[in-house]
Amino acid sequence: MPLPLHVGCAAGFSGDRVDAARPVVDTLLQRDGAAVLIFETLAERTLALAQLARQADPEAGYEPLLVEMVRPVLADCLAHRIRIVSNFGAANPRAAARRLFALAAELGLRRPRIAVVEGDDVAGPAHEALLREALGAPARGLAIASANAYLGAEAIAEALRQGADIVVTGRVADPSLTVGPAMAHFGWAADDWDRLAGATMAGHLLECGAQVCGGYYADPGFKDVPDLAHVGYPIATLDADGGCVIGKARDTGGCVDEHTVKEQLLYELHDPRAYLTPDVVADIGDAVVQPVGRDEVRLAGVRGHPRPQMLKVNVFHPHGWLAEGEISYAGRGAEARARLAAEVLRARLADAGPLRVDLVGVASVFGDDAGRWLQAQPAGDARDVRLRVALNHLDKRMAERLPREVTALYTCGPAGGGGVRTALRQRLGTLSCVVPRERVPARLEILQ
Amino acid sequence: MKPDILIVPLQCAAHGRTGDKGDRSNISVIAWHPELYPLVVEQVTQEAVARRFAHRSPVRVTRHLLPRLHAMNFVLDGVLDGGVNDALNLDSHGKALSFLLLDLPLAVPAALRPLLKNPTLLETPR
Repeated sequence: MPLPLHVGCAAGFSGDRVDAARPVVDTLLQRDGAAVLIFETLAERTLALAQLARQADPEAGYEPLLVEMVRPVLADCLAHRIRIVSNFGAANPRAAARRLFALAAELGLRRPRIAVVEGDDVAGPAHEALLREALGAPARGLAIASANAYLGAEAIAEALRQGADIVVTGRVADPSLTVGPAMAHFGWAADDWDRLAGATMAGHLLECGAQVCGGYYADPGFKDVPDLAHVGYPIATLDADGGCVIGKARDTGGCVDEHTVKEQLLYELHDPRAYLTPDVVADIGDAVVQPVGRDEVRLAGVRGHPRPQMLKVNVFHPHGWLAEGEISYAGRGAEARARLAAEVLRARLADAGPLRVDLVGVASVFGDDAGRWLQAQPAGDARDVRLRVALNHLDKRMAERLPREVTALYTCGPAGGGGVRTALRQRLGTLSCVVPRERVPARLEILQ
Repeated sequence: MKPDILIVPLQCAAHGRTGDKGDRSNISVIAWHPELYPLVVEQVTQEAVARRFAHRSPVRVTRHLLPRLHAMNFVLDGVLDGGVNDALNLDSHGKALSFLLLDLPLAVPAALRPLLKNPTLLETPR
């Protein structure tokens, strides 16, 4: 029996807590078997923003908190052979690798072997025809800011087989950060579907960091979570058959139980019998979760089907402007004054397109942009209401009128309005398509 | 009116989380106890969820059952006003939407009361 593989996750999004990794590594150091530390830092939009950052500065475009995340644990990881695998390379994996070499030198550590996995970026001229064809009519005339394919686990596995201490990727499917190390450790073939699917769902449980450990779960009186302020980050222990036990870093808050695991298992899943990734189509239709100890839950029975022949590509393009403004009303008649302010704004901005109105404290996030939800709420007597309005416009000058009109409520609107905040941001539109996997091969290079 | 039936918010019998991809939202509904699962399956139907989200004009609501997990996964297409890149909602991901669903009234036989979370949240029986 090969030793188990422990995979700890110390980030679930770009900008996640930088004190997450230390307890995870402390826990990994006490376990027998091989250990890997992953950081998952790429939401759908993160990469588009990283691409824009790189255009402004050729050495930027990777995770802005890279150094803060890795510095506390790099010495122990290198000394104890805990490999680091992350998509924190974002739009610039090579620059991230350079920064990690510099960090190791600053800390007086040996020079790590760093692998970079590239090939996900398909925004360049080499892929333009392929992309335009795959996107079809909706993409006609669009200026593409970023286009990235979701790569899989194979290049990560190969990097680890070649002895990489750190694997830096751009866009790979989130679970592939776990599947790659499992393939390398257990020697699984790339068509060992059931095992790959097991590791994929382990990776899925890990990829949002604290979300499987009581983070984003607590609901007082229904779902009480101990010491949420110090919620721990997860560690999955994978076995040679693709099963796993999910737990968390020791001496941390939060909890891992049957229910935290089920919630995260279904998070952002559609058909649970067909969770599509570049590595496998995972099927949890007959999977079971079972508590096996304190803060330890076993996931078993995941099945796999052959991987898709096509890879998903996300494309972002500049798409107009989002204008937002807010103002507060409090005390007697607050709701009526907020509603009157909304009427004023609707009249003043009538020619700038549909205006979204929220009465925060009365009706807001459940509502729809068209205002059907808000309209269905009878006028009440709320005493502390924040009016919030928003609109999209392709023309920046039209969008700019919203912040001006909201600010003008100070002198031209109902009585007692205060605390105006406004924002104007460029929007990024998104399109998705699929392309044949052989057209976007992963490129692996080990830097020393 | 049947006194042996309690009406509680779904939240007493199940929990859930919302996820988003583009203009598609998914909401899990996970029974707190295996014995509550059949009730949830019977009452929290595709149609009930579509009605709950009618103001968001879903193009399609699909329910996936996971009996071994005592869970269901709802996929709601077209309910996010275009999704995170287009919507004007403060919560453009629709992260809060699980709590709209968890407020759905659920009829539970009084005998199952010990399995409910916070059964003090009883509504008046109708």
